[in-house]
This record gives sequence, C-alpha cells and structure tokens, in this order.
Amino acid sequence: MSAMRNTNWDRRTVLRAAMGLAAAGGLAACGSNNGRGGGSGSGTSLTQYFHAYGEAGTEQAVKRYAKAYDKADVSTQWITGSNFESKLFSALLTDNAPDVFEFHPQIQLVKSGQVADLTDIIEPVKDDFNQADIASHTIDGKIWGVRMIDDPQFFYYRKSMLEDAGIEPPTTLDELVEAAAKLTTSKVKGVFLGNSVTPVMNPLIWSTGADTLDDKNQIAYHTDAVADGLGKLRTMFKEGHLLLDAPADWWDPSAITQGLVAIQWCGMWAMPVIEKALGDDVGIIPFPASGPGGKQAVTNGGWSMFVNAKSKHLDEAKEYVKWLWIDQKEYQEDWALSYGFHIPPRTSLAESADKLKTGLAAEGVKLFNEFGHFDNPAWTQAMIVALEGVVADAVRKGGSAEAALDKADRTVNRELKKLFG
Amino acid sequence: MSTTTARGVAKSPAAEGTPPVPRRRGVRGRTLNFWLFTGPFLTGLVIFVYVPIGWSAYLSFFDARYTVTPSEFIGFDNYTYMLTNDKFVESLVTFTVFAALVVPVTWALSLGLALLVNRIRFMQAFFRSVFFLPTAVSFVAASLIWKMSVFSGVRFGLANTVLGWFGVENIAWLADPNPPWYWLVIVTVRLWLQSGFYMILFLAALQNIPPELYEAAAIDGAKPGWQTFRYVTLPQLRATSTAVILLLLVAAYQAFDEFFNLLAKTTWGRPPLVELYYTALGENQDYGAGSAGAMILTLLICVVTLLQGRLMGFGRGEETK
Repeated sequence: MSAMRNTNWDRRTVLRAAMGLAAAGGLAACGSNNGRGGGSGSGTSLTQYFHAYGEAGTEQAVKRYAKAYDKADVSTQWITGSNFESKLFSALLTDNAPDVFEFHPQIQLVKSGQVADLTDIIEPVKDDFNQADIASHTIDGKIWGVRMIDDPQFFYYRKSMLEDAGIEPPTTLDELVEAAAKLTTSKVKGVFLGNSVTPVMNPLIWSTGADTLDDKNQIAYHTDAVADGLGKLRTMFKEGHLLLDAPADWWDPSAITQGLVAIQWCGMWAMPVIEKALGDDVGIIPFPASGPGGKQAVTNGGWSMFVNAKSKHLDEAKEYVKWLWIDQKEYQEDWALSYGFHIPPRTSLAESADKLKTGLAAEGVKLFNEFGHFDNPAWTQAMIVALEGVVADAVRKGGSAEAALDKADRTVNRELKKLFG
Repeated sequence: MSTTTARGVAKSPAAEGTPPVPRRRGVRGRTLNFWLFTGPFLTGLVIFVYVPIGWSAYLSFFDARYTVTPSEFIGFDNYTYMLTNDKFVESLVTFTVFAALVVPVTWALSLGLALLVNRIRFMQAFFRSVFFLPTAVSFVAASLIWKMSVFSGVRFGLANTVLGWFGVENIAWLADPNPPWYWLVIVTVRLWLQSGFYMILFLAALQNIPPELYEAAAIDGAKPGWQTFRYVTLPQLRATSTAVILLLLVAAYQAFDEFFNLLAKTTWGRPPLVELYYTALGENQDYGAGSAGAMILTLLICVVTLLQGRLMGFGRGEETK
C-alpha cells in the first residue's frame, strides 16, 4: 500500500500499458491457438472427438494416426469423464463442433442432419465389413458411419472361486442369483454388474427372448419375463450379493483383477489385462438365459466414426475418415488388437487376427458370433436413458418393475412418435 | 484474508500523513479511467452473464430441440411443460432437503471452528490455514475422492473400513437409495469444502467484537461460556451470520458438481441445476424447456433472496442492530 503512495510513477499510465499488453496478448493467443502444429499440412484443420479409452497407449495411438495424415492437420480431443454423449451432442450445435467424431449409430443423428452420408466411401469395400455392422449403420438405404471396432460384452468369472463354491458357470438367471449368493463372502462379492447396474439392462431383455424394439419399431421390451428378470436383479442387489460403489466401474477390469468379485460384466477390450493378472483362472460366459424361451445374450457394442454434416471441411473430413478407417489397414489392426482386444469389423482383418484365434479371445469371438446382439440404430440415447431409469427405479430403489417399465414406455413412445410418426 | 490487516492499514499514520495525489486530469480522464478499470469486468459480465440470460429467456419461448437458434415460437408451452413435469418439481424438493441439511450444519460447524481457532493461543495461523485449505479444492476433485476412497462401497473404502472395526457390514453409500446414505456423502463433501471459508468470515467478525463488551458483561455478572456466548458473541455476529446463511443458500442453489459426479444414472437426488442440465444437454437436448426451467429457477431465487433480505435485514446496514 505505502509503496504505491510514495512513488512518483504515474501508475495509471503503467496500468494502462499493462492492460494494453494483456489485451494484445489475449488476442495473439486467440490467433495462434487454432490447433495447427505449424509447418506440416496443407492448411486444413480438422478436429476429432474420441471418448477416453481406458487401455494404456490408446490416446497416443489415435494421435499418432492423425499425425501420419498429410492432407490436413488433425487435432484430437480426448474427452474424459462419463458423459461423452452430452459433451458431443452439445458441441455438435456450435461452431466449434468436431469435424469427425466417434459414436454409436443412432437414428436421431441422421434425422436431425448432424451426420454426413458416407455411402460413397464405404460402398467399394462394403463386402469386406461384418454385414451386421453395415446393417446397423444403414438408414434409409444410406450408410452413415464407419465401424472401427466391435466390442462384445459378457461375464468374466474366476474359475477357482466357482470351483471352491462348488458351482458351475451359470447358464440361467436363477443360477446366477444362486451363484451370487454362494460366492459372496466377507471379502468377495458375488457379481459385479456395474455400479449403476445399467450395463446389463439390454442383455437382460435379450436373455428373455425379447428385444428393445420389434421390426416395426414398436416397444418390445415390456414383457412379464423382463419384469421378472428385473425382480431377480433386485434380489441380488437387496441381498448384498452385488459389488456396488466400486472405485472403478464395470468397463474397467480392476474389480475382478483385484479379487473384489467372482463374476464381472465387462468387455472384450479388458481381456489382455485380465489374462495378465489372473492367468488361467478366468473364463467367460454370456448373460444367462432368463425365463421360459430365454436365450443367453451378449452385447455387441463398439464404436464408429462419423462425419459432422455441418463441418466447414466436409470433404476433407470424409477424406480423412476414408484414409484412416477404410484404407489404412495397418492402423485399423493396431487399433483393434494392440491395446485392448476388439474384433475388427473388416472381415479380412478379423480373419488374419492371430491374437483372436486362440484361448480366451477365440471364445470371446465365438460368443460374439453366437449370442451377440448388434446396435439397433432406432434405439436412441433418449430410449437408452429411459431404460436406465427403469434399472434405477426397479433394481436400485426397489419400486415396482411394472410401474418403472410403464414410465419408460411413455418416454420411448414419445421418442418413437417423433422419429417415425 | 483477515480483517486485522485491513484495520491496521486504515489506522496507520503513514496513510494519513501522505499528501493527496495531485489531480492532473479533468472529468474526461476520470471517466476514461472508470471505464478502463471496470471495462474488462463489465465486458465479461455482459458477454458471459447477461447475454446468456437474455438468450435463455428468448429460447424459453421457442421449440428449441437440437438447436440454439430456433424458429418455432410456442409461447408459454415450455413453461407449462416444466411446471407440470414431475422431475422438475421433484428437483425443487431435492434442493429444499439439501439446503435444509447443508445450510444449518455448515453454519454451525464453521462458527464452531471459528470459536475454537479464535480461542487458541498457539499455532493459530496454522489451524486457520489448515481449516481454510479445503476451500481451494475443486468440487469435482473432492467428489471423486469422496466417491472412490472415502465412501467407496468396497471393503477397503475408508468409511467401510472404520465401520468394519465395529462389525458393521459394507454399505453401498451411493448405489443404494434405501436408506438414503447418499445425503451423508453429499453433505459431508460440501461441508469439508466450505466450512473453512465461512470459518474465516466468522473469525474476522469475532475479532471485530470490542473486548470492552466482554469486560462489561463480566462485570455485570455474565458467566463465561454459554451465557457470554449467547448474549454477547452471538448477537454481535448477527450481520455476519445473515451474510453467511445467504451465501450458503446461494451456494446450495448452485450445487451441481457433487450431485452430478456422485449420483450417476439415478432417478433421485437431482437438484434443479442437474435436472436442467439433463433436460437441455442430455439425450433430448431440449434447450427450450431447459431455458424455461432456468427462468423459473431464476425467478424463484430472486423471490427467495428478497424475502430473506426482508426477514433477516441483510443489507440494511448498521441501524438494524
């Protein structure tokens, strides 16, 4: 304080100069922070969005592929946190929207004109793709996204723990409920279905023989068998046989590798880490069949590349997607097999993928082919969230499954009406 | 941070003895300087606060799904939708429960800490800093610590470990809403983050109470301890208490981070801001309805704040004492 009073400096001048500098600095920063590395490239800048993959090395890999592309400067936004959808959806409305992004095929992206038609780049190699992937990306006869990886999701179980408890791997939901009870001790929980229990909602529907929507895009999940199945999940939840509030959620293999749980719902991506940690002491099974006419089920998830239809560099963005996800088979193979395990959607790559031909990985591929359910593009994010509400109300809160399904029906029907009239 | 410094400066003879700075510029120069100093702040305020509020008000009258530049005017439909929407009304209830829990508890704890720190004669600065430090932690980071280590549901979570010593079984603090343990997690994280800051406010106020008052009270026969606290300290803290409660309420209204990070994929425990986030930025991207909700919320906050000011006399100055 006193220093300022005693000095003869004209401090207004000094401050004014300082602020002028700050403002100029700010403007300069705006000018240079445009994602261009400088030097390389022809001047076009593209931005791509990826959700944060859990496997080590994935972020570096994506950036490495982008750097190898010489026709544009591609900068990568690696979106951490659990709400990739909301970040992506809100970004798509702005001028700073990504030119290229990964997501799942959902019809509202097409109906609202947010994704570009990629038929022309996929058509020539269409036969080399898994036809189920082509089907899930085809809406109104056009193909809207390039599948990068297919990710089957199933149960991993600790063979030794099941043996000690004297039980066989469960093949029906009742057996799973029973196994959960027998496997739960003071140190280990029976089953991990994710902290929110929502990852198994779709497999539960499929395991009763029902589906999310039928061929005419009408609700097909609301059956007595599904309500019954929810009741069984509730039993496991209420009895304390489920692992809950784990520090790492279901997509991370930590729960099973750290011995917190005997059976965990997870994806094939985690297989290398799980095998490294547990060696031979691990097996995989699909979601068990539930109710009469039930069938075991596996979720065939995965990620696809889309091009923002409103991108200022639409053609360049398409060109980039074609280069990386159609032409560069070496990178596609690296992406699918070098970090976690994913099944390459390209038939030629899947056939030559030696890592997936033996042991547990081969079993995973078998489950994918035999029990897998692929994305239904008509099943949109709003509907997914509606069924997450069902799990919250019926399984976690302990409310009536029927009432929860009724509530979801209203949301889903409103959505279906908007999409299909 | 503490008022003692400010008082010291105000009273310092050096400040009084300095000759006034000569005025070399006229009115124009002063106006220019006014804008120069307030300009950056005002620009920020207009761009980041007033324009969005105005835009939000505009959006609330349109059917704005998947767009923030809508064209279909629908009047008050969004308002009707939000006011008849169970989830939005529930979120107001959630907020009320939250405020009813967090405001009195934080008030009491920070006052208690301030009294303790004010009393000790050694290492006061150390304790003051230690209690204040959590204020510097972000809500997101603290929520993650609470979720993944303190209140994780596994056997080695801190809370479960402690309970384990007494033979209590593991509790799923956040996943299971019966009983609603999640309130414990949410209230304690905010308590830990906030009480240090309000402690500093109380500490400043405590140090401003003239010692003569305590002397007079002692001579009049007031017993030290509760009686002195009740009839001397507490009335002297009235203005600060009112301010603290107001600030706590405002902060509770703004609660978002801990709810968003701690309660994923639930149908409960969503205060208004979280509910509006899911409405506007969630899978539906209904910016119209979200904006209408924001407008309703703004109106509510204005009304409550005005009422509170009227009831508690905040901002009326010294004469109310």
